[in-house]
Amino acid sequence: MTDLSPPRGTGPLAKREARLAWGLLSPTLIAVALVVVLPLLAIFWISVKPVSLADLRPPEVVLREDLRGDAEAVGDEANIRYRLRNSSQEQPIGGVSFTDVIPEGLTVGTLDERCTLDGQALSCDLGDWEPGYRENLMIPVTIGQAYLDGGIEPGDSDAAVEGKASNVLTNSTFTFDNFARVFDGAEFWGVLGVTMFYTVFGTIGALLFGLFAALLLNKEFRGQGILRGLYLFPYVAPVIAVAFAWVLLFDPFSGSANALLVQMGVTSEAINFFGERPLALIMVTVFEIWRYFPLSFLFILARMQSIDTDMYEAADMDGASPFQQFWALSVPQLLGILSVLFLLRFIWTFNKFDDIFLLTGGNAGTRTLTVNVYEQAFAVSNIGAGAAVAVVIFCCLLLFSVFFFKFISQEEGL
Amino acid sequence: MSNLRYGYVTGPLLGALWLVVLSTTVSVAMSFATGDAFRPSILLSLVWGAVAGGLIVAIGRNVIVQGIITAAIIATVMIGFGPMVTGESAGTLASILGAAILGVSFAVSLAVILTDINPGELTRHEFEAAVIRFLTGFGYIFFTAIVLIPFYVMVMTSLKNQAELIQNPLDFSIDLSKGWDLFRSYDELFRQFNFGTYLLNSFLISVLTVFITLAFAIPGAYAVARLRFKGRAAFSRSILLIYMVPMIVLALPIYIAFSMTGLRNSIGGIILIYPVTTIPVALYMLQGYFRGLPAEVEEAGLMDGLSRLKVIWKITLPLSLPALASVSLYVFMIAWNEFLLAFMLLDDPTKFTLTRGIASLDSSEIPRQHLMAGSVIATVPIMALFLGLEKFMTKGLTAGSVKG
Repeated sequence: MTDLSPPRGTGPLAKREARLAWGLLSPTLIAVALVVVLPLLAIFWISVKPVSLADLRPPEVVLREDLRGDAEAVGDEANIRYRLRNSSQEQPIGGVSFTDVIPEGLTVGTLDERCTLDGQALSCDLGDWEPGYRENLMIPVTIGQAYLDGGIEPGDSDAAVEGKASNVLTNSTFTFDNFARVFDGAEFWGVLGVTMFYTVFGTIGALLFGLFAALLLNKEFRGQGILRGLYLFPYVAPVIAVAFAWVLLFDPFSGSANALLVQMGVTSEAINFFGERPLALIMVTVFEIWRYFPLSFLFILARMQSIDTDMYEAADMDGASPFQQFWALSVPQLLGILSVLFLLRFIWTFNKFDDIFLLTGGNAGTRTLTVNVYEQAFAVSNIGAGAAVAVVIFCCLLLFSVFFFKFISQEEGL
Repeated sequence: MSNLRYGYVTGPLLGALWLVVLSTTVSVAMSFATGDAFRPSILLSLVWGAVAGGLIVAIGRNVIVQGIITAAIIATVMIGFGPMVTGESAGTLASILGAAILGVSFAVSLAVILTDINPGELTRHEFEAAVIRFLTGFGYIFFTAIVLIPFYVMVMTSLKNQAELIQNPLDFSIDLSKGWDLFRSYDELFRQFNFGTYLLNSFLISVLTVFITLAFAIPGAYAVARLRFKGRAAFSRSILLIYMVPMIVLALPIYIAFSMTGLRNSIGGIILIYPVTTIPVALYMLQGYFRGLPAEVEEAGLMDGLSRLKVIWKITLPLSLPALASVSLYVFMIAWNEFLLAFMLLDDPTKFTLTRGIASLDSSEIPRQHLMAGSVIATVPIMALFLGLEKFMTKGLTAGSVKG
């Protein structure tokens, strides 16, 4: 009886291969989970918490220790002073206690009733503290010879402090104020409108300029390599360097662009390019186009160079003019890469933060959603509201990526 | 459109537009080079350009016509009736130079644009070819100008001082007699603003990021490209998805976590976080390359008794050195240029990276030329590296995907 059906299920070899694969992937998976997935979950958590920047430092017990009184000779009386306070003016700390080691040669006198002494180990239980609570705790001691010989000060051994403070990040207080604030009134729609303008025009502009540049360089000539390298400069240079160069170039007082425009008679007085509505928004969009046309150009050029030239020769023979060839042959061939680039660039422009932050800081009507995250979290110090904006961004992103994967499966390999 | 397809219409039209383009270009270039007042006269450019275009179409493209056009442009510019107007501040020498450049470049290039344009009716082919030559010329000028001007301003500003800049923002001419004093901003940045340390920090962080990224991405990419396991397709898609999560969304929780664990303000924290932002892109680029490698070579290795890991080490990696170079270059570039995380996580001036250091120069108390000198210091190394390895960069970027 021989079984002729093919083997089913996973054999030992396939299992070994899968094990190896997961083994090779696990470092990446762990790292990505720690730095991407965990923060994403955290963002959702924070967005429903009333957290401000100040809450990032939880209240703690501050303890300072010193020796008061004479400690010159054997038999002197002195006090070990513990100065304690609650660092927060707003939040209580519960169950405060500390332990410390009394240096050799100090004999402890009458103890505070909240403290106990075990050999040289002192422990005190100070109960619950109000916000801003302070206390000075005195432990009377008699100096012995061993202390004078040893040279160990009471402050040399660090006291171990314990106390429980409620942390707003981990407690069970939830609020929807953050979202209410984000969606509040006209501001949100303004921000969304600015984001859409920036994203749509930045993306289309970068694509069109990239296409134009690719058409220019899609022929062999001397210096083609140099020009190609040159046209990639805006993309390769650090954003902070080029952003500041633009700010300087378009400065209303000492900017060269203004001086040039005045001299050419285009305008009679200096234009504040990055400080006026709606010019500032147009300028940051132009910057985005300037900075990212090289990327589109590179991809479109790579696609163009892989198009068969025979087709153009045939069209030439049939009498098609250059523009006809462009519309009827090149554009259909490039449509795939153009649509993928559009989706990719759309998402990345939507996510862009540094450029606008550096150029205008989100002022003069250029605040996009991403800049709003920073603005809410750090300028207004409301981390919760910032996280709520981030959640909104993330939801938009999920929506885009559904479209993206529909398209990319058709145009795999980019 | 068909009315335009006559030589005596096309010629003057393209001539007029081309002279506007060139006179604007030469004016801007001369203004930036000398700081003197040059400006194009659009109306006269249109007129003279049309005349020149008509002349070339009617008489033909020969050296005599080109000479006449050149001479006419120089003469009209000098008497103040030409396509370019020079202000009083401009010296005679600069004016003549500007006029000559304009005249020669216009006469030569217009003749090229109007190749095959005869006075009579033109075929659609001839007409469009001429228009395309015009657009090509315009495109080269336009793109070169928009790319170069910001960098030119950056470099030249860093060599000047505040007073000179405010007096005439257009004057980028540098006084060579100052010698090494020209580089005073750079000297001050390195001596007083710790830029040497920042340069070193940036370099160290970027190199470490490259190595850590490769250490994670190579095995991962190999697994995705070569090994069969459940969830492979889903995995390679989720890499792309992760790659689209905006940094600012992640930066907030990272900031909180780093604040609480004391990793903020440490280079170690930065090195911990940078590779994770680059691993997805490196993995995606590498797996595309690994897929293109012939599997037979590896199978031969397996048959000869190598383990999988040995195969990766001895066969796959040596074969993919070009891809490794481009991925390394790209990751280096991302780490070198990274601004947001460095800005949020570093506050201590001894631990700044270059980009964070430049951000700290952006204050009203620090002169502008320092800011630009800092920008030049950050730009030059990455540019040099990029130009040297441009081939790898272009290939690598288009082979895999790319982060903006």
